[in-house]
Amino acid sequence: MWSFVFRRFLVAIPTLLLISVLIFGVIQLQPGGFLENMLDDPRVSRETVETIRKQYGLDQPVWVQYLNWLKRFAQGDFGYSFLNNRPVAGLIWERLGWTVFLAVLTILTTWVVAIPLGIYTALRRHGLGATVVNLIGYFGLATPDFLVALLLIFAVLSSGGTNVGGLFSPQYIDAPWSWEKFKDMLAHLWIPLIVIGLDGTASIMRQMRANMLDVLTQDYIRTARSKGLAERVVLWKHAVRNAINPLISIAGLSLPNLISSTIIASIVLNLPTIGPFLYQSLLDKDQYVVMALLMLSAILLMIGNLLADLALAWADPRIRYE
Amino acid sequence: MSRRTPRIDRNSPLYLAWRRFLKNKPGVISAGVLAILYLIALFAGFLAPYNPTTQHPDAVYQPPQRVHIFREGRLVRPFVYQLVKKRDPVTFIASYQEDTTRPTPIRFFIRQGDPYSFFGIKTNLHLFGVSEGYFFPLGTDQFGRDLLSRMLVGSQVSLTVGVIGVAISFAIGILLGGISGYFGGWIDTVIQRTTEVLLSIPRLPILMALSTVIPASWPSTYVYLGIIAVLSFIGWAGLARVVRGQVLAAREIDYVTAARAIGAPNLWIILRHITPNLTSYLIVTATLALPGYIIGESALSFLGLGIKEPMASWGLLLKDAQNFQALSLYPWLLAPGVLIFVSVLAYNFFGDALRDAADVRSID
Repeated sequence: MWSFVFRRFLVAIPTLLLISVLIFGVIQLQPGGFLENMLDDPRVSRETVETIRKQYGLDQPVWVQYLNWLKRFAQGDFGYSFLNNRPVAGLIWERLGWTVFLAVLTILTTWVVAIPLGIYTALRRHGLGATVVNLIGYFGLATPDFLVALLLIFAVLSSGGTNVGGLFSPQYIDAPWSWEKFKDMLAHLWIPLIVIGLDGTASIMRQMRANMLDVLTQDYIRTARSKGLAERVVLWKHAVRNAINPLISIAGLSLPNLISSTIIASIVLNLPTIGPFLYQSLLDKDQYVVMALLMLSAILLMIGNLLADLALAWADPRIRYE
Repeated sequence: MSRRTPRIDRNSPLYLAWRRFLKNKPGVISAGVLAILYLIALFAGFLAPYNPTTQHPDAVYQPPQRVHIFREGRLVRPFVYQLVKKRDPVTFIASYQEDTTRPTPIRFFIRQGDPYSFFGIKTNLHLFGVSEGYFFPLGTDQFGRDLLSRMLVGSQVSLTVGVIGVAISFAIGILLGGISGYFGGWIDTVIQRTTEVLLSIPRLPILMALSTVIPASWPSTYVYLGIIAVLSFIGWAGLARVVRGQVLAAREIDYVTAARAIGAPNLWIILRHITPNLTSYLIVTATLALPGYIIGESALSFLGLGIKEPMASWGLLLKDAQNFQALSLYPWLLAPGVLIFVSVLAYNFFGDALRDAADVRSID
């Protein structure tokens, strides 16, 4: 298995190099730049800008700039944020905690909700409950995340609530952790969870339903029933266990969606994650921040896919990576 | 053989697929909904009561006006009441109230306002409107522009971005995917690597980054084309991968070998012999890929990185509802979301129905 992981890493390196070229190219194509925008300020002279440009090597040919950036990036130095006047790494690090927290919590919630619903809708195909769940699923798949966010905000505001936007009420933001702060967070947290997780939940649920319907018609299910096993055992040990395997590779495939959803939900709901940071940096053309965030999201995606492959091998004894 | 027979061949695959499609109720309904949506987009200028860019400074954030058909207990032709603006003496918040002394009848086929262009014909004929006062069926925005008119005209952008984007993605995807699968070797490796790169960056961040490449000084029609280019640039990779897999399988079929034996050019074989064999598969994939483009455009425009004023798109209209205060005071600004939802849902059902209809395996 370790040789498989190692090989995957080796294959990932050229891909990552190409990704870095693409990202660097896109940023170079952006018209203007943060330093150009600085000139709009009458207090900033052209000499100052030229000095900064020289200091960061931005006056050198493009390919030299690229190689410098790549070398530093590989060493963990993500560059300098002109907007915040600080190194990028620290800025990302501050926001990483909440981002990972939200993403992991969403994945867990998605699976805990979607798998039972998938099983339920497969078993009661024509029941009222299943129809309602399926309709919600279609709604989730057809509504862009930002629209779900707007609708939820509107629902909360029009029912007199105020817990929208951010993760905490203003009085708790800088307060130390307490039971009240935790409760306040939970009151805020459900909106981002629904916004980020709805489409993922819907697609996993539909997939699980389809897999279950597939598995339930297999011969070994009939055999299990005919040898007198309890229906509970047939269902959970024979059917569900087999229906869940294909979903593990889906988990890897759903990661890009999760990242995109987290970004847009955070922008709309004003959450303290990477999303609004990326958005603001893009608008201000803070190039090192944007490049670092894009690279990191691509790396994250690759790690996620690798983990999904490994999880699949662990769950399905028929798959072996030798 | 020489005479054309008008009779339909009841065993032709196309006819059988058509029959299977008609049996799928959600699919047929969705096809109808889509047809209506595109007709609305085509006749948007005529259906919209106002010019989408005309500002009405005296009717800022006016709520939707209700259509009445009863006046003093009697059934009359549809009319609306004019709304009068009142300010709360303490908070200065403006609120609108119906002035029931002034009923304004709705007139049909009315000529008013600035002319719009319909296939080169300049006209100012509108399906409905009022000759005095205002009629805003879905209210107005911060500049007093009619939301319904903006939604209808915006559908021209939102509904075409997907179709044009998918068409471009497909042209690139079929060509590169076909070449990749057909030739194999180092060309295959290069193209495969490229698609892998495009597929391994999460979609929204790279779309956001690409759309900032479009210069802010461009006119809005160029921006529209730029957004389509951005969406296609990311979109073709997935399609190329799908096409490659299919071509790999089709390459070994006898008639392809035969075509190669008589010396047909490679590109000709890909486009003339292999691709037609994949037509149904490609149409289904295209239909199912379309909602992603619609959602992508709306998300970019919503963030202010996509379509820009004075053009309108559904996502751009929803941008006005982004701040919490506007959302709670002027909830009618959410109306464009309904159209995004309906069109994406319709494409999903339509695509599913096409897939079921085209699937040959479902016969047995």
